[in-house]
Amino acid sequence: MIATLRDPKRLRAKLRQWSRDPNMVVYGVLFVAAVIFPPLASFATGTSTLTGLAADAGVWVLLAIGLNVVVGFAGLLDLGYAAFFAIGAYTYALLASAQLRSSPLHQAVHLPFWVLLFLAMFVAASAGAILGAPTLRLRGDYLAIVTLGFGEIVPRVFRNDPGHWTGGINAIGGIDQPTIPVCLDGPWSQGDDFKLQFGAVNCSFSLSDPTAYYVLMVILIIACVILVTNLQISRLGRAWAAVREDEVAAAAMGVNTRNIKLLAFGIGAAFSGFGGAYYGAKLSLVSPDNFDFTVSITVLVMVVLGGMGNIPGVILGALAVYFLEFKFLTDLPRNAAALANQVGLQGLLAPNAATSWPGLEDFVGRLNFLVLGLILVLMMLLRPQGILPSRVRAQELKAEGAADDTVFDARAGQT
Amino acid sequence: MSAQESEREGETILDLEGVTKRFLGLVAVDNVSFEVKRGEVFALIGPNGAGKTTLFNCITGMFPPSEGRVSFDGRDITGYKPHRVAFLGIARTFQNIRVFDYMSALDNVRLGQHSRMHAQIWDAILKTPKARREEAEVTERAHELLRFVGIERYANSFARNLPYGAQRRLEIARALATTPRLLLLDEPAAGFNPQEKVELMKLVEKIRAQDVTVFLIEHDMRVVMGASSRIVVLDHGIKIAEGTPQEVRSDAKVIEAYLGKSA
Repeated sequence: MIATLRDPKRLRAKLRQWSRDPNMVVYGVLFVAAVIFPPLASFATGTSTLTGLAADAGVWVLLAIGLNVVVGFAGLLDLGYAAFFAIGAYTYALLASAQLRSSPLHQAVHLPFWVLLFLAMFVAASAGAILGAPTLRLRGDYLAIVTLGFGEIVPRVFRNDPGHWTGGINAIGGIDQPTIPVCLDGPWSQGDDFKLQFGAVNCSFSLSDPTAYYVLMVILIIACVILVTNLQISRLGRAWAAVREDEVAAAAMGVNTRNIKLLAFGIGAAFSGFGGAYYGAKLSLVSPDNFDFTVSITVLVMVVLGGMGNIPGVILGALAVYFLEFKFLTDLPRNAAALANQVGLQGLLAPNAATSWPGLEDFVGRLNFLVLGLILVLMMLLRPQGILPSRVRAQELKAEGAADDTVFDARAGQT
Repeated sequence: MSAQESEREGETILDLEGVTKRFLGLVAVDNVSFEVKRGEVFALIGPNGAGKTTLFNCITGMFPPSEGRVSFDGRDITGYKPHRVAFLGIARTFQNIRVFDYMSALDNVRLGQHSRMHAQIWDAILKTPKARREEAEVTERAHELLRFVGIERYANSFARNLPYGAQRRLEIARALATTPRLLLLDEPAAGFNPQEKVELMKLVEKIRAQDVTVFLIEHDMRVVMGASSRIVVLDHGIKIAEGTPQEVRSDAKVIEAYLGKSA
């Protein structure tokens, strides 16, 4: 790698090769966008709200990358992915807040964020393995139903608060904020004394500023992308692909299918544990309501929409769905009202009790999920392989179009 | 390995004792016993539905036999899971080709080497020098095997885009990648024209010359007669004959099973 970078001729050849690979182009564009986004956003809006929003989107990107390992690589449909997200978030919340003082332990625990980030990952991965061990014998739809059940059980356990550990419906608040580790500490993290100027906004890298969370998230995502890409092209990734295609043949070739699937489950869960800990720290509040079924489905939509099995595609999918759900649709009622105002339809704005018209802003707000659904349906009709599909997925869909072998699988039932 | 294997030629490598497989009421394989010797090409023949593939499935652990014992190289492997059987040194192909359609031919063969690789999960995640070295070796060997079965030019195509014959050969290469001592071929020549059949039998001989014992199921009597040293005949799950091709060919029961009872 380093030798390649030193030699200009080889570097140029490498760059040319990358510029022909859509994945590398997407990575490049995403990276540049990630770097220029905070100053640009704060310059345009005068606040760092958008940067904070982008950092939140990063959590979903992490979740999507993790679920992609389970669904895209190993072909296991997991509808309870939010459970691992919850486990990660609660691991952080319990061990980095005053919550445990009111638990049977009677002692608050405050471990540092950086330790808990990995602990949460480990706990979530273990939960994935524990859930996977008895259920991974099931295939396809059956596995989906079991994971769906698990996804319902976990947040419910946190809500019902057995033994007064989790605070139940009251949620856990006042969670510790991460601090910059001493080795990286410097004048830039001193808050007000030393700030970087982005347009009208000051940015410090003390972790009370969204920009710092944003930087942390970008670093986490880059690390995860590198690790998952390594996995995909390794012995393990190949075994996942084989299990996804034909479990019987994979087993006959010496692949221990049960262990391979467990690993996919565990590694997928590890990423959501990562995301969970980060999420708990950033929000400083972890409530059982944050992990319901819609979370699992949203992440799945991100993976499918982005392009199952292809990491840059999945990242794009996560960003697109996040933008749709949390920016476009939340702003839609206000934008619709503004538009009505401009084109002279002020009459629509006020609610009218006689005709039970709720007013335009309210009306559009009620249509939010209909709009989201329509957009998703249109996307899937127009581009069923996802925004940026993997080579394999594109091929599969082409073959299905030619001769629909999804329903009449010639191999079904044979050994 | 090969020197050692050659010395032990003629010993029993696979031993079936009273293997029976029942599916609810149906007896697919009924009390079948025979031995496969090291270094031979052994054939299992019989009419459709005789239980040949079921027997393969019993040996490779796809489903365990209802009764009886399977031992490989002196070790009782009855009821072992397929991946353990493969690890111990029995590889197989399938009657209806089961290559991984959406993996390249090269990747198919690389996957075959899965159980012989040592890279752990951390090696995979961090791409350690150990993992890189191993991956390079595996790729090298995969190319060798594709060359061995004569389909190297398809290395980078998706397996599903290969011609039919090449897919069958790819399946054999993938099975050989597990470095088996015993190779089970389930109707390797099905759907081949006579010329292709001859070429396939040449390949089988080449494999045997590499000290891999070959145990094959075949439908076409002529193919089997030329290539195999010993033959077992199954009919309705029962072993009706065993012996050299000449002995089997003249066996009255075999003729009856294949051609029907003469009036």
